[in-house]
Amino acid sequence: MDMHVLLFALFAVGAVASAVLTVTRRNPVASAMSLVAHFFMLSGLYLTLEAQFVAAVQVLVYAGAIMVLVVFVVMLLNLGNEHRLQERSSLRSVMGTLIAALFAVQVIITLLAHPTGMNAMSPQALTIGTTESIGQTLFTTYLFPFEAVSLLLLAALIGSVILAKRHVK
Amino acid sequence: MEWTKLLIWVAKGAILVNAMLVSAAYMVLAERKIAAWMQNRVGPNRVGPWGLFQSFADVIKLNLKEDIVPAAAHYQFHALAPIIAIGVAITLYAVIPFGDYVIIGGHTIQLGMAPNMNIALLVILAMTSVAVYGITLAGWSSNSKYSLLGGLRSAAQMISYELSMGLSVVGVLMLSSSLNLSTIIRSQADLQWNLFYQPIGFLLFFISSLAELNRAPFDLPEAEPELVGGYHTEYTGMKFGTLYLAEYANILSASALMTALFLGGWDVPFLPKLLGLQPGSIELALLQVGSFLTKSFALVFVVIWVRWSLPRFRYDQLMTLGWKILLPIAMANIALTGIGILLFKH
Amino acid sequence: MGIDLFGSLPLVVIWLALGGVGIVIQAFVRDNTRLVFGYYISTLIATGVLAALTFGHTGLTFDGMVTMGGSGAFFDILFCVTGILTMLAARPYLQREDSEIDEFYTLLVSAVSGMMLMAHANNLVVLFVGVELMSISFYVMAGFFRKSIRSIEAALKYFLLGAFATGFLVYGMALVYGSTNALDYATITSVVRAGTTPFPMLLAAGVTLMAVGLCFKIAAFPFHQWAPDVYQGSPTVVSAFMSTAGKAAAFSAFIPAFTMLMPVGAGASYVMNMQLALAVIAAVTMLVGNISAVAQSNVKRMLAFSSVAHAGYLLMGIVSGTAAGHQAIVFYLTAYTFMQLGAFVIVSILERENDGHLEFSDYAGLSKTHPVLAFLMAMFMFSLAGIPPFAGFFGKYMLFIAAIDSGFTWLTIIAVVSSVISVYFYLGLVVKMYFSDPVGEGHATNPGTAALTLGVAAAFTVLLGVLPSVLQSMFTAFH
Repeated sequence: MDMHVLLFALFAVGAVASAVLTVTRRNPVASAMSLVAHFFMLSGLYLTLEAQFVAAVQVLVYAGAIMVLVVFVVMLLNLGNEHRLQERSSLRSVMGTLIAALFAVQVIITLLAHPTGMNAMSPQALTIGTTESIGQTLFTTYLFPFEAVSLLLLAALIGSVILAKRHVK
Repeated sequence: MEWTKLLIWVAKGAILVNAMLVSAAYMVLAERKIAAWMQNRVGPNRVGPWGLFQSFADVIKLNLKEDIVPAAAHYQFHALAPIIAIGVAITLYAVIPFGDYVIIGGHTIQLGMAPNMNIALLVILAMTSVAVYGITLAGWSSNSKYSLLGGLRSAAQMISYELSMGLSVVGVLMLSSSLNLSTIIRSQADLQWNLFYQPIGFLLFFISSLAELNRAPFDLPEAEPELVGGYHTEYTGMKFGTLYLAEYANILSASALMTALFLGGWDVPFLPKLLGLQPGSIELALLQVGSFLTKSFALVFVVIWVRWSLPRFRYDQLMTLGWKILLPIAMANIALTGIGILLFKH
Repeated sequence: MGIDLFGSLPLVVIWLALGGVGIVIQAFVRDNTRLVFGYYISTLIATGVLAALTFGHTGLTFDGMVTMGGSGAFFDILFCVTGILTMLAARPYLQREDSEIDEFYTLLVSAVSGMMLMAHANNLVVLFVGVELMSISFYVMAGFFRKSIRSIEAALKYFLLGAFATGFLVYGMALVYGSTNALDYATITSVVRAGTTPFPMLLAAGVTLMAVGLCFKIAAFPFHQWAPDVYQGSPTVVSAFMSTAGKAAAFSAFIPAFTMLMPVGAGASYVMNMQLALAVIAAVTMLVGNISAVAQSNVKRMLAFSSVAHAGYLLMGIVSGTAAGHQAIVFYLTAYTFMQLGAFVIVSILERENDGHLEFSDYAGLSKTHPVLAFLMAMFMFSLAGIPPFAGFFGKYMLFIAAIDSGFTWLTIIAVVSSVISVYFYLGLVVKMYFSDPVGEGHATNPGTAALTLGVAAAFTVLLGVLPSVLQSMFTAFH
């Protein structure tokens, strides 16, 4: 068995397991920490696919910044004893389950129609995932959206300050 | 994978982890000794000659102590927090190159676990940002207000200073155009240290590292007069010991990182050429590792020195410094570096 | 790198004006509300003028990321004009509500720049960034009255549902990318046309998910439930802006995206199904919007449902998929923008603090207390209902023709039926204003600069109804 495939399988199983834990844990902190674990697993998946930069950024941004804030807020709120959410089987949850099942069926059909198997990794994969090539693309071809994102972040920043500020006037 | 390679790898890992834990234990002793020296005291001197075995005594004591978990604590997270803390601390060492390489019996051995990783710097930044969990979880799971406040403070502080820390190394990246620590070190060969090209960057990195490490003058998360012991108030025995070791391990890794980024890493100016040492020879490797460790421990000394010299910041001062002073300076530093590269390198 | 500087000017200027100069002014000038207001008005004017200048200068720029001129430029002008009119109406309104903060104008301009990105997008990444830029500005603007619980509710609802919809959109984009291996419109179109994708199921799923995301942004049937609450709770001028420019922006992205993903006569089998699905969505949206509007007693809520219904009419143009259909959308959007904006601005002028004076009953006898406002409101209502001399009629006519021409006669019949339903509540308001006696004392109103907005909106509502050829002649430049 190839090392890559083995690691991929390992991380894939871990990712699914931690994702399941994320939605089934009743304690918000446990749920958040499962999500952190999930991000690590995803990062591992990216690594096995030679997407180094994305792997590092996945941990840096999601696990290291966003989830820290989530955990921070959960702790600040200090929810105390967690209560079991009484989820009655409403029309909504039935519909949700149905749609999810439909989606799963679709994924299975797609996979069966085109069995991808274990293809050898494209030699291109080694070069396109590096920081260097991503930087190159980002500052040449994708310069426009890249700069546009800065404006997006600016708007988000102004917006959050406005909404959070205690005394605006 | 060849067996010899795997064996070398495992051996390197074992040496690294053990060396790290022992040095962390000895840094505790060093801290106490230096503090005593600065305050005109004697310091620990009972165990062994000049108190040199004090660290072992401490570790044994911690191991033998009863492990007390508060009744209202979240048991799993209470146990998990020290593991995360020490795990992250150890992971950091994997990407640090302590020397170039050495050829023993036809095997080229890199002096580090993964010294040629192309995303090394990103991994380090990622790991330091993950380190927050150890502390916040420790604070939260103890279910004590002192711990919680300590944990919250440290989370806020580490998030705030991560920014200026990340931005302060951008100048270095621009100069060596790589995220690979070995490449960065090689680009500083022969006294072309980044310290001289990036003095502002170094200063910013040093200050933000102190804050990231929760060290004085930024040790608000464990400010004794207000928070008893901060996030590890409710920890005893080896769990406490692990948190404590992780803290010191982080000081060493931060110092090693500063050495690699700003002080030329393993670079020994001119001496190898003077002695005619070949790349790959054991002598050169020893010289390199020695140089790297000397620089790192010198920085560790500075970190300790700072702690016993400066008073603690107030919380608002800490935030003001991070967001309103360090961050803009770091950005200006990037712009300046860019202009400098444009003018002098092209 | 292929950058055509002249053609990119509208986009570049609004960015630099916002992110480069505007922020500095706001950061370092004290008591700057008037200055910022004037600055952003002139920014929008400059952008609009530049868009007009580059109208004939079509092509691609920034390595094919964005289009120049043509319909994009037309939408730029529309967004800028709407932005200016909203700002003019917002100033007196916000002052009355005692919450004029200069950042309101910043967010408005950043929303406009996001809309411009959507209209100019020639790449899925640009489209996504544009959608997000607009939406994030909207989320904050919806919650701008932070002391009003309704405003906060609106912001939160809009944010949560909007973020969810964006998730759909991105997932759809990812699937489209995965199945066509391209992000730029031209390549995707060619793959879809040739039917050469190895994963037709994934492509179909991707298109469906993208349609869901965009349908949320235009507030079409199953994804319209946020609209009434958000438009009712938001500051009235924000509702005006969101329901007009926001909808126009969503359609400006919808048209090229679905010309790309759903080219008429393409090989992929999902195209027909998708067309039918959109037709059903359009039909249900009109009916649900209009029937729900009948039951409303709050004017803002009524207008919100009417905006849902109009999304249904506009979708007919997408369903037809023809150039004529798209022209009809652009025409109707322009007309709708002015009449809906006018109606909302009148509501904002008459509104009193704490959501006062928003009920139908408050409008009784308005013709006696505020004859001019009542007259204008009546005009906008007639136009929204699609009654002949006004712009709304002609737009609807074009849309109906386009739908019939592409074989969707049943859809047109439903559209006519729902238009008839809509007459009931639009004219109901007019009847209330003209044929009831005022209750209590009428209060003084001071429209301020909003008068200008109303004048322009009224002028266009009449002009486009009387001389539709003015706008139609511009369309020849698009295609």
